[in-house]
Amino acid sequence: MKATRDAYGDALLELGRKYKDVVALDADLAGSTKSAKFKEAFPERFFDMGIAEANMVDTSAGLALCGKRPYASSFAVFVTGRAFESVRQSIAYQKLPVVLCGSHGGINLGEDGGSHQAVLDISLMRTLPNMKLVVPADYNETYTAVLSTIKNDGPVYIRTSRAKSPVFTEGDFVFGRGKVLKTGRDVTLVACGFLVWYALEAAKLLEKEGIDASVIDMATVKPIDEEMLYDFAKSTKKMVTIEEHTIFGGLGSAVAEFLSEHYPVKLKRIGMPDVFGESGTGDDLLCKFGFNAAGISNTVREWLKKN
Amino acid sequence: MEDLEKIAKEIRKDILLMLNMAGSGHVGGSLSCVEILVSLYFKVMSYDAKKPSDENRDRFVLSKGHAVPALYAVLSKAGVFPRDMLWTLRKLGSPLQGHPDSKYLPGVEASTGSLAHGLPQACGMALAGKLDKNPFRVYCLMGDGEMDEGLVWEAFMSASHYKLDNLCVVIDNNTLQIDGRCRDVMNIYPLEEKFKAFGLYTKSVDGHKFSELISAFEEAKNNKRSPTVIIAHTIKAKGVSFMEDKVEYHGVAPTDEELKKALEEIDEGD
Repeated sequence: MKATRDAYGDALLELGRKYKDVVALDADLAGSTKSAKFKEAFPERFFDMGIAEANMVDTSAGLALCGKRPYASSFAVFVTGRAFESVRQSIAYQKLPVVLCGSHGGINLGEDGGSHQAVLDISLMRTLPNMKLVVPADYNETYTAVLSTIKNDGPVYIRTSRAKSPVFTEGDFVFGRGKVLKTGRDVTLVACGFLVWYALEAAKLLEKEGIDASVIDMATVKPIDEEMLYDFAKSTKKMVTIEEHTIFGGLGSAVAEFLSEHYPVKLKRIGMPDVFGESGTGDDLLCKFGFNAAGISNTVREWLKKN
Repeated sequence: MEDLEKIAKEIRKDILLMLNMAGSGHVGGSLSCVEILVSLYFKVMSYDAKKPSDENRDRFVLSKGHAVPALYAVLSKAGVFPRDMLWTLRKLGSPLQGHPDSKYLPGVEASTGSLAHGLPQACGMALAGKLDKNPFRVYCLMGDGEMDEGLVWEAFMSASHYKLDNLCVVIDNNTLQIDGRCRDVMNIYPLEEKFKAFGLYTKSVDGHKFSELISAFEEAKNNKRSPTVIIAHTIKAKGVSFMEDKVEYHGVAPTDEELKKALEEIDEGD
């Protein structure tokens, strides 16, 4: 069990060792986002911007305009929400190679409650032209994804999680490619982030009930792997999206938009309904919103009965 | 100085012409900052118009992006691009976008327009210069109305914190914003005391006097303790008497008749 935010810290440190132009910025949360590892190793290339996320994002743009490769991190809710206008005007509009890392994505951060839980970040970042969007499933995938950002010529948003979670991928991340973790005939579960593991576990539960599900790890939410969506819509005829995020504008919307235009099949979106999060343990919240294995398998089974 | 006065007149005329042809744009705030821009590009900055991407160049960021006609006119006068391009301002496909866009035009250092984003980008450039031990300087022009934005103060705080003595900010203090007098819309004064409290070296000058501007810029170069802020007291739409200090000339282009009258007035001064 390892947290994806630790992978961000470890990969950033590795990038710092390899590339002297890599600089890191944080907004008084270096210990939480794990950029502190970079800070310890390369204090001269680390800038703490204080509790001022918008200024952090704009400053990153200025550094990038002078040839630096900035990695700016904060809680997902702040770096995408509070600083949205700076991300839009200075990063996305200029197509600058700035990597934004939003840690503590989703509701699994738990007790801090709805004010701190990012459930809109994917839709906010997905709407920005030039922005690539990665929600990796585990430590290994996050590590590879962060390393691969150095080859990008534009902005990337990476969402990491606070909670420790199983490490189950080989970390063979490729930008824009989904990954098939299980192939089944009856339905395709398309998940991102933390919940990919639960989708896999749910598929096992469904298998016991005679439902044969495919499971896709859609780590790159934008640009989404359209070819894979097309193939699985065609082969299983039914699709379910699973994300720790509102069903408006995130992975579920991206899949719905593609399918409705190119290969309409029945679709169920599992995600936050039109509500904010709340306080509780991460596990209790995942249970409440039906994001754990039992919750996902129940939703899928009941939906399949009607469709 | 005489040369600079002459250049300033030509810049003013080009601003009026390009805005008239575009049929929209911001005349008041473009005319108020002419002497500031002319001082920088023709006297103060280390800048080779033939190499607008040279990594050692001084950088200029127009945080008050709506004044971009002034920047385009100055860049073209300096030789970054041909004067003919000025007449494409705001037209479909033109690199001369309605607000500065770094993607399309060498010489435009940062995309701005949404206010307050120029200063923190300039701070990032200044940080990069420090990191690379490259002695280039970064200049940033802001509006007084722009001071309303909270992000401005986040950026000043960090500029001071990181001791960015390679950063020089100029405030085009023309005292007007879209809805009226700055003091009536949102009272941002006193500015000088605020800057001082933020740890910035502050200097007030007449923003239409080259001698005062240039000596303030030279003083800023020698200040190795903190960033410098020059408060340039200016008159909105300076140089065209019937537009001067009038809030209604913030965001309009001169009509054909206004253009004729304005050009005549500027030429009369010769």
